[in-house]
Amino acid sequence: MTSELQNARKTDTVFRTENLNIYYGDFLAVRDVSIEIPKNKITAFIGPSGCGKSTVLRCFNRLNDLIKTFHIDGKLFYGDQDLYAAEIDPVEVRRQIGMVFQKPNPFPKSIYDNIAFGPRLLGYKGDMDELVERSLKQAALWDDVKDKLKEMGTDLSGGQQQRLCIARAIAVQPDVILMDEPCSSLDPISTLKVEDLLQELKEKYTILIVTHNMQQASRASDRTAFFNVEANAKGQRTGYIVEYDRTEVIFQSPQEQATQAYVSGRFG
Amino acid sequence: MASSEFATAPNMKRSPTSPRTLFSSVMTVVTFVCAALALIPLVAVLSYVLINGASSLRLSVFTELPPAPGLTGGGFGNALVGTLLTVGIASILSIPFGVMAAIFLAEFYRDTKLAETINFLTNVLSGVPSIVIGAFAYALVVLSTGTFSAVAGGFALAVLMLPTIVRTATESLEAVPRDFRQAAIGLGATRFQTTLQIVLPAALPAIITGVMLALARAAGETAPILFTASTSRYWVRSVWEPTATMSRLVFDFATAPYKSQQELAWVGSLVLVALVLATSILSRWVVRKR
Repeated sequence: MTSELQNARKTDTVFRTENLNIYYGDFLAVRDVSIEIPKNKITAFIGPSGCGKSTVLRCFNRLNDLIKTFHIDGKLFYGDQDLYAAEIDPVEVRRQIGMVFQKPNPFPKSIYDNIAFGPRLLGYKGDMDELVERSLKQAALWDDVKDKLKEMGTDLSGGQQQRLCIARAIAVQPDVILMDEPCSSLDPISTLKVEDLLQELKEKYTILIVTHNMQQASRASDRTAFFNVEANAKGQRTGYIVEYDRTEVIFQSPQEQATQAYVSGRFG
Repeated sequence: MASSEFATAPNMKRSPTSPRTLFSSVMTVVTFVCAALALIPLVAVLSYVLINGASSLRLSVFTELPPAPGLTGGGFGNALVGTLLTVGIASILSIPFGVMAAIFLAEFYRDTKLAETINFLTNVLSGVPSIVIGAFAYALVVLSTGTFSAVAGGFALAVLMLPTIVRTATESLEAVPRDFRQAAIGLGATRFQTTLQIVLPAALPAIITGVMLALARAAGETAPILFTASTSRYWVRSVWEPTATMSRLVFDFATAPYKSQQELAWVGSLVLVALVLATSILSRWVVRKR
């Protein structure tokens, strides 16, 4: 962990973007993102499909780097550290900023080894059993699996697998957890369990969640950004943030008409 | 829906004489017959080898040296050891290179022009006649070391096995879902850590299967062995000497004028077939275990 990234953990605004434009080659996928993400809160990104919510999310842990044509202009700060500066190692970034994906993706290993994988990468020298138990308890999965830690992670149900992935992300003790539609492949009961979990998690972590489920955003989040997409002269569809405010404002008294139309279900 | 068109239920009874049904029945019979015909060579080979080889099968064939011309008894113990030795050397040479090449193609340079070219060249190599590979190994190893040897034979077999190993290992690695890699990278793993700790273990059963099938094929190859390992009437003393192998033994003894040698050729064939069968079964068991 570099000292710049360590210092970044101490401020109240976790992320700050300045006129962030995201390109795939020549295609402008998302334009002009200028937002601040507060610490220890749940921030939701909502909006219709294809408007760049996941794209923006994946900028925060430099996962978009895996796509060859991806590049940005503008700035993205983690604390006071420019995340895309030349000297920043994306691998280190991802150790601080964890991610939970849409489709649960536990490794084909035992439950124990799934959780232990991240800490082992970091050379964790402490009591691994204790770390695994702690992570599973924080993810509300300990009671379900405490007797079968040696069983395959892939044998669990969908909801349990997703909580396993959350526990796995927590085990490396990140600062931030990014969640890309974590409940969209889960049944309603599992979804509620995960949402309850988020409220507990935000005390220790900052959470950024992309969701298609508006009710989820209004139930679970503190701040919400509403994304939309518009076609430009070339016929390209570029995403942008219409409105970003406290969740109550977005859902009850939004400033923009498009926001009002979306949250009342008139489109999207 | 006008009720007049459907006053009575449409006729859904079978009609065995309608052209459509007739054609279907005939084609079904034809496919069965073809399948049976395709199986005949397999059944014929297996039964022939079994019938002719089982009668001469005794424990001493595994432990004794080949008999002098005209004498009875003896065995092919040295040839069995020689086959295992050459295949072993071939494995040491081809497996590490093959798997590393597959990692290069599937993980680090996937979907690039370079990978396409290498894939193409690998396919070309797999089409090279085995006798040509034998000649290549002869020129490279036998001539420069001045002797026939198990090493030369192993080298030839390695060249033979390499394309199969690269191809199956690459496919196995590519079959590992992208999700696993994303999860590992999301946790802060480097590409190398992701490949070694997540992707490779997940692909391992399929890779092992591919390797075993390549091994089974190599064990029975004759042309690459002919003028690399050559042959010997004695037990193996060094990897740098001419070495007897099962396939060479069958080649020599099948057409020899002595009955005891012909019998040994049959038993040898039976043992080789049994070896290949055992390897195939083992490779399936490895996959099923997971």
